[in-house]
Amino acid sequence: MNKRTKEKFAFGVLTSLTALVVIPTILMIGFIFVKGIGTINWEFLSAMPRQGMREGGIFPSILGTFYLIIGTILFALPLGIGSAIYLTEYAKQGFLTRMIRLAVLNLAGVPSVVYGLFGLGLFVLFLGFGSSILAGALTLACLILPIIITTSEEALKSVHQKYRDASLALGATKWQTIRHVVLPHAAPGIITGAILGIGRAAGETAPILLTVAAFFLPRLPRSVFDQVMALPYHLYIISTQVPNMPESIKYGTALVLLGIVSIFFAIATLIRIRFKMANRA
Amino acid sequence: MKQQMYSLRKEEKVYSQEEETLEESFKHEKNLKSNYKNRLSEFIIEKIIFVLGIASILILALIFAFLISSGISLFDTMTIGEFLTGTSWSPRSTPQRFGVIPLVLGTLWITAGAILISVPIGIGSAIFISEVAPPKTRTALKVIIEFLSAIPSVVLGFLGIVVLSNWVRLSFNLSSGFTLLTGSILVAFMALPTIISVSDDAITALPKEYREASLALGATRFETIFHVLVPAASSGIIAGVMLGIGRAIGETMTVMMVTGNAARIPTSLLQSGRTMTATIASEMGDTVRQSAHYYSLFAVGIVLLIMTSVINLFADYVLQRARKGGK
Repeated sequence: MNKRTKEKFAFGVLTSLTALVVIPTILMIGFIFVKGIGTINWEFLSAMPRQGMREGGIFPSILGTFYLIIGTILFALPLGIGSAIYLTEYAKQGFLTRMIRLAVLNLAGVPSVVYGLFGLGLFVLFLGFGSSILAGALTLACLILPIIITTSEEALKSVHQKYRDASLALGATKWQTIRHVVLPHAAPGIITGAILGIGRAAGETAPILLTVAAFFLPRLPRSVFDQVMALPYHLYIISTQVPNMPESIKYGTALVLLGIVSIFFAIATLIRIRFKMANRA
Repeated sequence: MKQQMYSLRKEEKVYSQEEETLEESFKHEKNLKSNYKNRLSEFIIEKIIFVLGIASILILALIFAFLISSGISLFDTMTIGEFLTGTSWSPRSTPQRFGVIPLVLGTLWITAGAILISVPIGIGSAIFISEVAPPKTRTALKVIIEFLSAIPSVVLGFLGIVVLSNWVRLSFNLSSGFTLLTGSILVAFMALPTIISVSDDAITALPKEYREASLALGATRFETIFHVLVPAASSGIIAGVMLGIGRAIGETMTVMMVTGNAARIPTSLLQSGRTMTATIASEMGDTVRQSAHYYSLFAVGIVLLIMTSVINLFADYVLQRARKGGK
């Protein structure tokens, strides 16, 4: 075999390996879309479930996921961005920052079900929140914290040192500099990370299984100490625990969940692409 | 020269003293006050940010503390040795048995299967994306692979139930498609984005000179890739594989939905099996708080946490070493 044919052969193999990832991914998304789109209508999105969830809509699950997302943002965003500001702007590089970075790295690798155990131990039982939106949101916030810290840190680091120096030279204090100069420039990167993190939180099942999710609740939650139904957990129970579940509702629920996650993903990707182009120009 | 400067400074002083009126000194005082206020708020903000900064250490410490404090209570009723070497997990039998071996083996079988599938595919795709694909295709492929990592695991599990388990059942002539293999294939898809993006970054980060020098010596692109770039990026690729293994070990919902969940020691990928993660997620709901069963699930959590921590730290070590070596 001469060099050229060898190269062609090797590139052919690489192409087909890539196709083995890409084609199933597209097929999976397409399959759920085609099978689920027929179920999606206003009633499915806005009605309560009926007949042991075999009829009606999935409104409580959508609302529950929505509440959890809001709660998670409220906790994770200030904590994550503050942490990233400390790492990039205040901390002297040394033992402590090395420890923080190791902790972040380790948190990123902790399995989601372990976060569930932790949330159950600390928020549900020790702090006495019970199975509640509050406990679930706090658990999910811990889960996405490493994502938010890492992306925010990258965004803050990409702000040119010149901006900081100029602001400080004008007599602004350190915090004024961060607040009015560094953060606005890092905002697109931070927002991208936050949205990706939230998308992740919206699709997680194992942590909410242990801390918040209800199998079936005939009413909507009234306070942060109430249990809620949530989309990922709902999809899990209707596809494994409820016998004689109509296929259409399963595919419909999967499509709604995939749709919500895709919207977050699409927004994050668009911001990132626009930001990259603006940087290049 | 020195004298000149001295006299200049003196002049300046005289000049400023002359100019200082009452009004100006008042302004100066006000400035000082706002300065104190600024300094105070700076001080407070700095402290707040410091607390936020060490939050991740606190959370990690709390995770370990809560898992260990609950898990350790299991060893009031049995020894650590019995737990770690026990070959039977049956919380419903009397006496209850909490041997972690079947669960660890379930996890290892799934992980091994997933890695066998995802490592060749992942590294191949990473090479294709970083070196072979034209720029526009490259961007599109990266978006698709990132989207794969964004698909919720429960959706993959659902597809596993409705599609993949049937394929596995039919193609291997089994009575049930809920096998370790089904789980491995799906978990491979969850580990792929990690492996691909870390390896892709490692290859892309190599200095341009490597590529140019090799091509200038008359090597083909294929030879450049396999004899220069891949060996040079090997640490990054290894780290990507390690992180992929970490994800595979920690995956919960997908495996819980498609592996059949029989808690016995598996001897082949075509059998049903149960992982540590699935055990925690599926049994926690049925446990009585503060019972041996409840504590045993925390103990399983500790084993899981230690395994993933070791793998992540090792991956970080490899990456750090690569970064230092690269310079």
